[in-house]
Amino acid sequence: MAEVEETLKRIQGQKGVQGIIIVNSEGIPIKTTLDNSSTVQYAGLIHQLVMKARSTVRDIDPQNDLTFLRVRSKKNEIMIAPDKDYFLIVIQNPSD
Amino acid sequence: MEIVYVYTKNREEFGRQCLLSDRPVELLVDIPPDQNAASNFIQRRQRDQAVQTLREQSEHQVNTERVEYISCGINHVEGGWPKDINPKDMEQTSRFRKMAEKDESYMNSILQLGSVTEHCCRQNNAVDIYQEYFEGWEEVEVSPELPSAKTINMFRDPNEIKRTVTGLSWHPDGGRKLAAAYSCLEFQKTSKDMSLNSYIWDVENPNRPELTLKPASPLVSLDYNPKDPHTLVGGSYNGQIVYWDTRRGSQPVEFSSVEQSHRDPILLCLQILWWDIRRLSEPTERLVLDPGREGNLDRALGAISLEFEATMPTKFMVGTEQGLVVSCNRKAKTPAEKIVCTYDGHHGPVYALQRNPFFPKNFLTVGDWTARIWSEDIKESSIMCTKYQMSYLTDACWSPVRPSVFFTVKMDGMLDVWDILFNQSDPTLSVKVCDRALYSLRVQDNGHLVACGSQQGETTLLEICAGLSTLQKNEKSLLAAMFERETKREKILEARQREIRLKERSRSEQSREEEIGRDDGEDDPDQLIARAESDFCSLVEGGLHRRERREEDVLRVSHSYSPTS
Repeated sequence: MAEVEETLKRIQGQKGVQGIIIVNSEGIPIKTTLDNSSTVQYAGLIHQLVMKARSTVRDIDPQNDLTFLRVRSKKNEIMIAPDKDYFLIVIQNPSD
Repeated sequence: MEIVYVYTKNREEFGRQCLLSDRPVELLVDIPPDQNAASNFIQRRQRDQAVQTLREQSEHQVNTERVEYISCGINHVEGGWPKDINPKDMEQTSRFRKMAEKDESYMNSILQLGSVTEHCCRQNNAVDIYQEYFEGWEEVEVSPELPSAKTINMFRDPNEIKRTVTGLSWHPDGGRKLAAAYSCLEFQKTSKDMSLNSYIWDVENPNRPELTLKPASPLVSLDYNPKDPHTLVGGSYNGQIVYWDTRRGSQPVEFSSVEQSHRDPILLCLQILWWDIRRLSEPTERLVLDPGREGNLDRALGAISLEFEATMPTKFMVGTEQGLVVSCNRKAKTPAEKIVCTYDGHHGPVYALQRNPFFPKNFLTVGDWTARIWSEDIKESSIMCTKYQMSYLTDACWSPVRPSVFFTVKMDGMLDVWDILFNQSDPTLSVKVCDRALYSLRVQDNGHLVACGSQQGETTLLEICAGLSTLQKNEKSLLAAMFERETKREKILEARQREIRLKERSRSEQSREEEIGRDDGEDDPDQLIARAESDFCSLVEGGLHRRERREEDVLRVSHSYSPTS
């Protein structure tokens, strides 16, 4: 329990990190550092994106699987680490 | 030599059955080649012949049926919660969350995911992959690509009966919107069903106009106020001037009363009435256009186009129906002084008139089948003139970015882009926009987009390639030098003309004096004849000499070409 907190704090302390969201496999945000409306929006949209990305990777090669997804945009970068039951979303703006 | 063969048959044999039989070949005529004629020709020993060994292919473009798109948003509502938990209940959701956090697999997976993510975050912070490496590096201006223009969009008149697009104006603030005025130019042809509306289009949405302007009578010309991007002024068919504010909707905000306005369609007005946008109750000044400067209404010319330069608020120029361009001074006291000078240019009405935005002393006029560039100082003729085109030119404008580029549109639906530094006799680029005549043309302020309006009510938006819409390195100075050169040439020509005229006048005076001093009998027919004969002989001899010299040159050249002969 404490290690989880410590990990999250470490990530939050990185330069440029704007927010962290942990979402479960049904799309429910478990833990978040952003406000509720953004969290809900991110959770819903990114959930679909990860499902799509994962199915794409597995369609091309069924032995393969998605390990990490980075969405780089003009203003920031959204990093998504998927797992069997949860995913971890980190929003960072590295050039700050 | 004639080749003749006579067929004879007895009359009693007419009507008999034809008995055809084979005959051996008989040579009728044989004309051998004449060896002397061969000396007129030189054998060509080398030839260039191109051969290609590709399969023949052809390019074909197909356009699918237009699909109508609508943009709409989706409302995302929170979901995914298990059945027994009410998402709106804060307590239940937070309890659920706390339960999830205590889960064993949660902790393991978060630890693992966390370390991966941290690695990536550190990566991002370590190197900026979007860093500009060569900042001071200027791009070399090599444009090997041919000039081109692409059609981006086409805005169609949504009404059943199509009207001509007679006026276009870009929104001054960035040019996202385009206002188009529709009317029927043919005299007395408006039917009752024809709609009176003019539209404002958004460049991104070609399906529906953004705003409809509903005047009392169809608009012939339309312009955005360059200082206030929300207001528009339009001139209508019955002579009224109408004024809109786009924030207030589609009805005109103010309009001049019908009695006070011009009596003819506003495009052809014999009098120019000054309007102040703030006081539309009556015209502020009147000016009568007249070449004889007499203020006489009967001899006034019809005005077609008007050019008003914002930086020189007292002077303006008018293009007339008769082909004259009149330059006037607004601040002059009497009407006679208002007309400063006239430039006689075209054979037909001057449809467009615009000053070069970089060199305000030079302006472009378009009328009949040519486009001409003038300098203000030279009144006799234009300093530059294009060739006579195949069809009538209807509108033209300078590019606001490049001082040496201007655009013209023609009655056969072609848009020409002229670059006078590159080629003065032909357009640099000719694009066929549509099959109908194009009546109006406007360039957006950034120089990339051009809108042209046609007779069928279609406004086509074209994008000009980067080579024609970015300022080249020495363009301004080169163009200034060229204008100066042309102006000087015209001045010299003018001076020479004047000299010749003076000489002729003085010579005619002199000869008159001589005649007075001569006797009658001594006269002329013999002397004239003798003089004429001697002139003729000298001319012929001169011609012969020249021809001999030319033949010698040809022989010399031919000898140098055939080294074996």
